Amino acid sequence: MAVLLLAEVNDGELALDATAKAVAAAGKLGDVTILAAGATCAAAAEAAAKIDGVAKVLCAEHDLYGHRLAEPVSDLIVSLAADYDHIIAPATTDAKNILPRVAALLDVMVLTDVSGIVDADTFERPIYAGNAVQTVKSSDAKKVISIRTSTFDAAGEQSAASVENIDAAADPSLSEWVEDKVAESDRPELTSAGVVVSGGRGVGSEEDFALIEKLADKLGAAVGASRAAVDSGFAPNDWQVGQTGKVVAPDLYVAIGISGAIQHLAGMKDSKIIVAINKDEEAPIFQVADYGLVADLFDAVPELVEKL
Amino acid sequence: MKVLVPVKRVIDYNVKVRVKADGSGVDLANVKMSMNPFDEIAVEEAIRLKEAGKADEVIAVSIGVKQAQETLRTALAMGADRAILVVAADDVHSDIEPLAVAKILKGVIDEEQPGLVIAGKQAIDNDMNATGQMLAALMGWSQATYANNIDIDGDHAVVTREVDGGLQTIKVKMPAIVTADLRLNEPRYASLPNIMKAKKKPLDEKTADDYGVDVIPRLEVVKTSEPEERAAGIKVGSVDELVEKLKEAGAV
Repeated sequence: MAVLLLAEVNDGELALDATAKAVAAAGKLGDVTILAAGATCAAAAEAAAKIDGVAKVLCAEHDLYGHRLAEPVSDLIVSLAADYDHIIAPATTDAKNILPRVAALLDVMVLTDVSGIVDADTFERPIYAGNAVQTVKSSDAKKVISIRTSTFDAAGEQSAASVENIDAAADPSLSEWVEDKVAESDRPELTSAGVVVSGGRGVGSEEDFALIEKLADKLGAAVGASRAAVDSGFAPNDWQVGQTGKVVAPDLYVAIGISGAIQHLAGMKDSKIIVAINKDEEAPIFQVADYGLVADLFDAVPELVEKL
Repeated sequence: MKVLVPVKRVIDYNVKVRVKADGSGVDLANVKMSMNPFDEIAVEEAIRLKEAGKADEVIAVSIGVKQAQETLRTALAMGADRAILVVAADDVHSDIEPLAVAKILKGVIDEEQPGLVIAGKQAIDNDMNATGQMLAALMGWSQATYANNIDIDGDHAVVTREVDGGLQTIKVKMPAIVTADLRLNEPRYASLPNIMKAKKKPLDEKTADDYGVDVIPRLEVVKTSEPEERAAGIKVGSVDELVEKLKEAGAV
């Protein structure tokens, strides 16, 4: 069995953690060939070649792929698909945008957010915001799969596999990139951080979110937020943890002023240790927390920053 | 320009989901069903385009069981002009896969010729996040998923998307498929007079066969199970005790 795995490449740089976790998952299915696509991709291809279990890397370098627009990247994948049984990518927003398009072009169903691989045809995935887990068996000739990376450990390193440059596919000329608004931050990336500190509606305002950030910086953590906090404008959308935001599984997750709506729990309940600070002792977050502190966050968080 | 909005009837987002004891699926008998929340956002956006003079007609379409009529009446009460129900299942427990839904929607598009399709980014039941992208592929159209802002500009749409790194703005050629994310808008509530009026708006009924689409699933559900429960831990009495416990656990 052969696997084509779309590496997560942003601005020519490989997102190693997400890609290596998808490789670990894909390794169960067969020989893994990585596809690195970007306006520049040589460095990303070289980095991907060193992920343990990778047999070969294809590097498609073209301006068309610079912003990972769904239409050209899908056409590229489809042009390569004949040689592979499984087409896989980590379940990032890019891959979730691209893979269903690929699947429809191949007339197969897509399997999104796969959290477990049973065999070459059978997969587990969360449904109903993680309230149930469904095991499904695909009857399609090719499987197109996005991997929920938080449930797999990243593959290690190996001596580099070979890298082959490939041609771009035709330009479908359907869409063009205008701009990215990316917040610059020195903090670790949310989905791969070892520690995440998240704030919820209880934080109360965008200004008071500084308190969350202060604790995060003390712990060397990434900052997350509940949907309620993002909807209220306290935090940017890319901080959202939950079923429709990011799914994280850090060693330590600190939930502050978060009640614990089911869709938030779906995004963080695989964390190793969960700490909750909330003044409402009935908050559902305490049902999943290893250590719960019933307290006003405006007293407890500054004290915690001081004592850690 | 016509705007087509696919809507799905799903378990209401406030209802606690129960997995059936025999592992065959989630129990949907006698539970409250509503319009998928992301689809409500899509309907709202289409109505706003009409109110802004950028669209002439908003058509809601639902694919599934006969009871999805109610979901379509909700869309009509919000302000959609007419509705199409494509009956593709008899049992409320049979979910039509995104690929088959996209094929049926392609049939609807071929008849209706909309200039824009706005769909929800995912349904809160199967959480597939696939129908919009699959439909764009089958039509050979552009796609703009996870939209938090849409500007129609002649034969293009400029869409800002919620992505992992923040926000990305792209310009897509029309006709296009856009999928709605949470913060695109806040859907309105239907007023009582509009609910009454909606009962008189046209609702056509079709079947999957009318579009020549085979809805046999490609994915066989082997089983549905409860997720692993996470055991609750302990309550600590003070910040000092919390710090101590975290140190003991080697977490800080």
